[in-house]
Amino acid sequence: MQMITIKNLCKKYDEKMVLSDINIEIEKGEIYGLIGRSGVGKSTLLRCINGLEGFDGGELCVDGTDITKLKDREMREFRKGIGMIFQQFSLLKRLTVFENIALPMKMWKYPKEQIAARVTELLELVGLEEKADAYPEELSGGQKQRVAIARALTMEPQILLCDEATSALDPQTAKSIIQLLVNINKELGITIIVVTHQMSVVKSCCERIALMEDGRIAVSGGVEEVFMEQSEPLARLMGQKELALPKHGTTLKIVLSGRNSEEPVISMIARELGIDIRILGGEMELFRGKTIGTIVLNVDEKDCGKVLDFLEKKEIKWFRIPDTDGKKADGTESVRKGTEEEREGVLC
Amino acid sequence: MLRGGFGGDFARYFDRIIGPAIGTTVRILIVTMILGFLFGFLMSVFLILYHPQGLRPDKKKYRVVNFLANLIRSFPIIILIVAISPLTRMIVGTTIGEKAAILPLTIAATPFIAKIFENCYLEVDRQLIEAARSFGACDLQIVFGVMVKESVPSMVSGMTLASISYLAATTLAGAVGAGGIGAVALNYGYQSFNDIVLYSSVLILLVMVQIIQMTGDLIYKKTIKSNSKRRANE
Repeated sequence: MQMITIKNLCKKYDEKMVLSDINIEIEKGEIYGLIGRSGVGKSTLLRCINGLEGFDGGELCVDGTDITKLKDREMREFRKGIGMIFQQFSLLKRLTVFENIALPMKMWKYPKEQIAARVTELLELVGLEEKADAYPEELSGGQKQRVAIARALTMEPQILLCDEATSALDPQTAKSIIQLLVNINKELGITIIVVTHQMSVVKSCCERIALMEDGRIAVSGGVEEVFMEQSEPLARLMGQKELALPKHGTTLKIVLSGRNSEEPVISMIARELGIDIRILGGEMELFRGKTIGTIVLNVDEKDCGKVLDFLEKKEIKWFRIPDTDGKKADGTESVRKGTEEEREGVLC
Repeated sequence: MLRGGFGGDFARYFDRIIGPAIGTTVRILIVTMILGFLFGFLMSVFLILYHPQGLRPDKKKYRVVNFLANLIRSFPIIILIVAISPLTRMIVGTTIGEKAAILPLTIAATPFIAKIFENCYLEVDRQLIEAARSFGACDLQIVFGVMVKESVPSMVSGMTLASISYLAATTLAGAVGAGGIGAVALNYGYQSFNDIVLYSSVLILLVMVQIIQMTGDLIYKKTIKSNSKRRANE
């Protein structure tokens, strides 16, 4: 079932297009990632979903409601069903944790007892029972974000929007917040949309992602597919570094996933084909518990055909990496080196 | 009663002239600040609602009110008092005395306080406002429940500043018939070549400023919320 349907959405500030031709369908109960560099419009797109930002063309339906048709009062009612958390937590400094979480219900004039019961329940959910009377100033970043998550959940929303929710946190804390989001998604069945520039976040929690570039969606699909494709926008996002390529032979990058990732592919090639292989680099990464590995290897020109046949037979994806003299082959221009974890320090 | 000598003179002046004048100044200041706060607060809410970065940006409405605020603020206070004296006479019935001073002072204090408050609201984190929007708060709830609520400490500082500025303004008002400590310093002190009156008035104003500042600081500290502070109080 579709929770959010975005069709041909576009938006401009003055004459500049900030979003163009956005098409996304987000299923009920999934965790969807919007990823891209700063300023590509992913936060703006997120804000369109709960009507914090308007747009100039296209359609945006949330749970069957066309949000452009909502009047002021209806829009406020509509927003009750969508929680949102922010990079800087957005807590009121002069309210206690309890009062912060109670704020939405207070503004919607719920009876006191009901508010107290709900807040207590949420404090337990985010694991901050003892901090009810603390002020935000006294909490760590992770705790503040937990309070913000609790507050976003007070109105029992169906959707939770996360705007760079882990970007201001250290890797360990970020990981625990992501885990909390995954649990909320599983236990409460809330659809979560995550906006981030951190690859580690989407790798650890998203089922499907859309990679944005210059206000457009450059690549989208299942998180594994997108990473398996090793497309140019992805390489650009992750940052690329020139590989020191050998002067001779053909350089290949192979992508291992699922069954392949557990097989000793390289030594199988070497033994079965009776050839030598130079291994230039490789890494194994986890995507929501599934392993995807990439290995860059170099084989002699004359063995190349045999190796490719072998890879085809084994259904292993491969990309040819162009030589240092710039001769371009199919696949990517260059290969990124240095894992996302190293750059961001988040281990998943 | 003692005649001659500093102590005797001072007691006499204090009893008859300075004492009552202190009362007058305090009354003018308190009433001006209360009215200025009320009207200034209303004006600040209006300003922040229609401010270009406000909740319902509306250039026209904002410009009209902002122009009015700047117009009033551009008058030196003493000129404002004499300039609007016909209006004062119409409303209060006279242009001299305490009551006559309160009207122009309130008119001047209102935009002064409104602009201070407006700046306080603008300091509030934009994301906080977005967060409030995201759970369906309406504009007025955001103004009162988020912007004002978060700005209380800086609003207290602003009111302290305003009170001290308008204490000075009451003395200027004294020059054009409002009475109070300023009038005493000028009429009985400066113009009568009576240094005792002049400098004791100055001293009294100094003490008043200190009292206002200290009270302001005390309230400010109370409005800063944190448990370390609370633990200290327990």
